[in-house]
Amino acid sequence: MSFIPRSALSKVLVAAPFLLQASSALAQEEEVIGWGIVSDNVAALILFTLFSGVVLYQIGQARRGKELFIRRIAGLNAVEEAIGRSTELGRKVMFVPGIGTVGEVETLSALSVLKHVAKHCAEYGTPLEVPNKDPLTYAAAREAVKEAYLEAGRPDLFNEEMVPYLTYDQFAFTAQVTGKMVREKPAANFLIGSFFAESLLLAEAGQSTGAIQIAGTAQVAQLPFFVTTCDYTLIGEELYAASAYLSKDPVMLGCIKGQDIVKAIVLLWIVIGILVLSATGSTIMQDLLNSSLGN
Amino acid sequence: MHIFFAMAPLNTPDGFGIWVGAFFTLCILSFLYKDNPFFRFAESIFAGCSLGYYIGNTFSQTIVPNVLEPLVHDGHTPFISWGWWVLVIPIIIGVNLYTRYIPKIAWVARFSLAIYVGYYAALEMMLKLQGEVLPQSADTIISLVPRGTPMIDWFTSIVVMIGVLCVLVYFFFSAEHKGVLGGVSKVGVWFLMISFGAAFAYTIMGRISILIGRVVFLMGDWLGYGA
Repeated sequence: MSFIPRSALSKVLVAAPFLLQASSALAQEEEVIGWGIVSDNVAALILFTLFSGVVLYQIGQARRGKELFIRRIAGLNAVEEAIGRSTELGRKVMFVPGIGTVGEVETLSALSVLKHVAKHCAEYGTPLEVPNKDPLTYAAAREAVKEAYLEAGRPDLFNEEMVPYLTYDQFAFTAQVTGKMVREKPAANFLIGSFFAESLLLAEAGQSTGAIQIAGTAQVAQLPFFVTTCDYTLIGEELYAASAYLSKDPVMLGCIKGQDIVKAIVLLWIVIGILVLSATGSTIMQDLLNSSLGN
Repeated sequence: MHIFFAMAPLNTPDGFGIWVGAFFTLCILSFLYKDNPFFRFAESIFAGCSLGYYIGNTFSQTIVPNVLEPLVHDGHTPFISWGWWVLVIPIIIGVNLYTRYIPKIAWVARFSLAIYVGYYAALEMMLKLQGEVLPQSADTIISLVPRGTPMIDWFTSIVVMIGVLCVLVYFFFSAEHKGVLGGVSKVGVWFLMISFGAAFAYTIMGRISILIGRVVFLMGDWLGYGA
């Protein structure tokens, strides 16, 4: 997140809650074996350390200049096409960063995509609107858009009214956004972030105006609505990979590579577990996972 | 069969509330035809009232019981007692967010955002690991040989196992989806689409029940149909 300053103090401030939260999560059970670590959570600690270690190692590799590949994601390739279409038609781009708080990973990913979209809008001089429901997401979204306009060398085009705060109520927010979509007819709608029951209402309204729509969420229950009403949909983890894909930032690419290795480890674990269970009837691989859950 | 209507009375508080509710319900539903002044009126009232309600609600339900009352009534000694600092530090972090309205020190607000983001990212990480990744991985490990389990349960488990493995492969980003990887990820996409179809139908059923609730309100509470 580029809106977070990179000074040493800010790093300490960002790291402290991670450590506090991790230690408090580890200290939920009663049997403490030292250093505040609980016996039932040792396996979780090992996995946490292993997974973090793999990701950090890959980030290190990327920083040292190792070339990292990331596969094509159709929805993200269409971002520039959507902004280009808005520019040609002289209509605005609407970006809804979901209704979740800025603490949710989906919202953080949405803000990364927002920054990319805002940068292109600034370069092409295309009007942008980012309506918000959550107050903290609103603050972060405004910061991200402002920064994008600065980076694009067009701070003069940035206007605080481009990122309005509407209301905290889910359906009042939905009514306002659908109203805007129908009245102002944006040529491109981005519905990216954490969405719930309002997803179909928003996507349907946008679809009825003929706008090109790109959606993305990790909310499994809402994905079917986006798949049916939007031109492109970022499914689950594709959204998390979006910022790396768009920015091609080596550190972010390293993070994606690290996560893929973690996925491969989990996949391998499951396959070995299935083979061991089928051949010998032993549930050792399952038991190891369950023990990390304190079962 | 007698069908009659007994509309809600306008001269009682409850009846008046029902009339207001019915009016706004119809205003919002009028959007199905097209955007119109009634919908815009209802939209603005809804947004304004909800925002006012949430500001009042947050103040009375969050700030008063969690900040003001403990600060005034719990007898903390300022600067000395630990409890006082526990209250004051979050207040400072919260108030700090408003520095963004003072251009010269607007950057200070970023510290509060950073703390908030860091805290919740860590919280989510542990919740996802312990609540989703590990339990699902453990449940996917099933025997390929049915050992006393009913055939239908065993078959369902096998389908779930294949689905989890193929979908997991689809979400590999650092390798081109070609050859075996491409084939497996294509099966993963099929699993995703089938699950989306099922979820779509399930959610639509829920939405229809919400619509039925509104129709029952209009027909029963407001128009008094069959009362």
